[in-house]
Amino acid sequence: MTGYLGIDVGSVSTNIVFINEDNQVLEAIYLRTQGQPIRTVQHGLRELAKQLPASTIIKGVGTTGSARHLTSVVVGADVVKNEITAHAVAASQQVPGVQTVLEIGGQDSKIIILRNGVVADFAMNTVCAAGTGSFLDQQASRLNVPIEEFGDLSLRSNTAVRIAGRCAVFAESDMIHKQQMGFELPDILAGLCEALVRNYLNNVGKGKEILAPVAFQGGVAANIGMRKAFEKALGVEVHVPKHFDVMGALGAALLAKDAVAKGKTTRFKGFGVADSSFSAGSFECDGCPNLCEVIEILEQGVTIARWGDRCGKWANALAREEEKIS
Amino acid sequence: MKVTFPHMGNLYICVKGMLEYLGIEVVLPPPCSKRTLTLGAKYGPEFACMPLKLNLGNFIEAYELGADTIMMAGGCGPCRFGYYAQVEHAILKDLGYHYKMVVLEPPDKHITELTARISEITGRKSWLQVIRAIRYGYLKSRAVDEVEMLSYKIRPRELRMGETDRALAQALKEIEKADNPQELKAAALRGKEIMYSVAVDPHRPVIKVALIGEIYTLLEPFANFNIERHLGRMGVEVDRSLHLSEWINDHLFMGLIKGIRSSKAYRESAKPFLNHFVGGHGMETIGSISVYARQGFDGAVQVFPFTCMPEIVAQSIIPKAAAAADMPVLTLIVDEHSGEAGLITRLEAFIDLLARRKHHRAMGQ
Repeated sequence: MTGYLGIDVGSVSTNIVFINEDNQVLEAIYLRTQGQPIRTVQHGLRELAKQLPASTIIKGVGTTGSARHLTSVVVGADVVKNEITAHAVAASQQVPGVQTVLEIGGQDSKIIILRNGVVADFAMNTVCAAGTGSFLDQQASRLNVPIEEFGDLSLRSNTAVRIAGRCAVFAESDMIHKQQMGFELPDILAGLCEALVRNYLNNVGKGKEILAPVAFQGGVAANIGMRKAFEKALGVEVHVPKHFDVMGALGAALLAKDAVAKGKTTRFKGFGVADSSFSAGSFECDGCPNLCEVIEILEQGVTIARWGDRCGKWANALAREEEKIS
Repeated sequence: MKVTFPHMGNLYICVKGMLEYLGIEVVLPPPCSKRTLTLGAKYGPEFACMPLKLNLGNFIEAYELGADTIMMAGGCGPCRFGYYAQVEHAILKDLGYHYKMVVLEPPDKHITELTARISEITGRKSWLQVIRAIRYGYLKSRAVDEVEMLSYKIRPRELRMGETDRALAQALKEIEKADNPQELKAAALRGKEIMYSVAVDPHRPVIKVALIGEIYTLLEPFANFNIERHLGRMGVEVDRSLHLSEWINDHLFMGLIKGIRSSKAYRESAKPFLNHFVGGHGMETIGSISVYARQGFDGAVQVFPFTCMPEIVAQSIIPKAAAAADMPVLTLIVDEHSGEAGLITRLEAFIDLLARRKHHRAMGQ
């Protein structure tokens, strides 16, 4: 069997997807990053190797997510893409004719507008960094509601409470206030979903023309309450693709397939990297008052990448004559 | 008297040249750095924009080097930059930095308003000398802008990464070193020669992106995370809607020098969408979108500091102006909390968008 790997290492989750030549997702692994991207990726690869037949040949690897560069040097990737492009590619493959992609992850939320199959516009949350996914997570644990049941519980609401959703801090204090006044939990949860959707549409989707079909993806799409709140606000059906939680990884795998389509051989180092030892060292460069913190990634004691310097003094010293992959 | 002034990109080359031409001692603040911003953010009001914080940091760092007089620009109109000089002066005074502050404002009526303020610094120098010095400063800014504009074309096509940056730094050094008009002429030529010596692949396909928005964050690479370099390395040819020499000609010389680009064209093009001065360069931001679209640019990136009022007004009108010009526009807001990683992710995605769009269009034809 031959296929392609897509790895999406984000702030909250790390996803690895294996697709075959027909772009079908055969294996998908969803792990919590827990602040240790290298270890999580290694763990994921080990798991994946167990699930795939030993004869499997990996023809290409793509990485995305906030740790895409780190992951690419660790595993040896053929393509390194930002999460916006990866999500758009995956959405247009999963939801035919998709014109709007709503994506809410742990830290980032974004909207992608596609027209005729091409990304025409996008936006990502900017000034306020409050992550909707992380906020929902935190509220669920505060209310002692398992995050998996959050959505179903909110659907039991008849009248959603109006929550001030502009900012996570204010939303929380308003929620507490509404609880103290005696509102029912399902009504508060439904109200929170509506507030977050309102906030998303006002801040991220501002000025964008939202046309059907609409796809809703990212970890938060698991929350049926959020999906219903979007449908209520937009007045159109909202599709949650089958692989909604690993769309970034799927996109990276599809892009990897494209990248090696011209008969190039993959740079993938093999599943053996799961047992390789990686470490990171850092130092503060005192070359100028910027005092950049420079990170070095070492594989078996050999420096394989360096970044963090504004001027490029350290990163460039390692740069080999390589063709661009990002 | 030891005069200092805030940094704004390569502004220092022209202002330092001008002051030294008049025999005034200049204390240059160190280039904007993390320290500059940390100092400014510590003592500046939280909700002031990034330029105020960097100015403040520049002044503190220049004081440490012995400066005692600040030459600062002022302004009039809805943008609060107009009173930054006063606010900064008050903050510095509270901190115990005893500075003399001279505020130069764009003249309302006549250029003598400006020269009168300049004479506070120049003392008994004759007007003719002062005017010659301003002209000399202008010529320096022109030389700087010319090599910068060359770098926009060269960087995305360079064969060895980083070569353009090295050449640009060297060319700017040449222009900075020149200390009289004759030498400047030769230095400007040498600067161009240095830029042309960078090995390039002239046939490499590039995406063209215009940088539009607020003047300070456009001009100061520290404030915009060196956006020109990032884009260039992604294979993007950029053009900045604002250059110092053009600004000087528009605002100080009242458009006296012909044959260089003027922001008037931008303001004219803004009219269908925004027919009123909103301060700063809000109108120019809107208008530049259709101007650049007509010139065949693939997209535009608007850059402005958090809380910048004129640019927020512009941002809310951009969807209409961008749709009319059929050109995607990405907005980037910067302040001391901005992270470079997020900025690069957005830039990468935007360039992907433009490249795919261009590819599809080429296939469609």
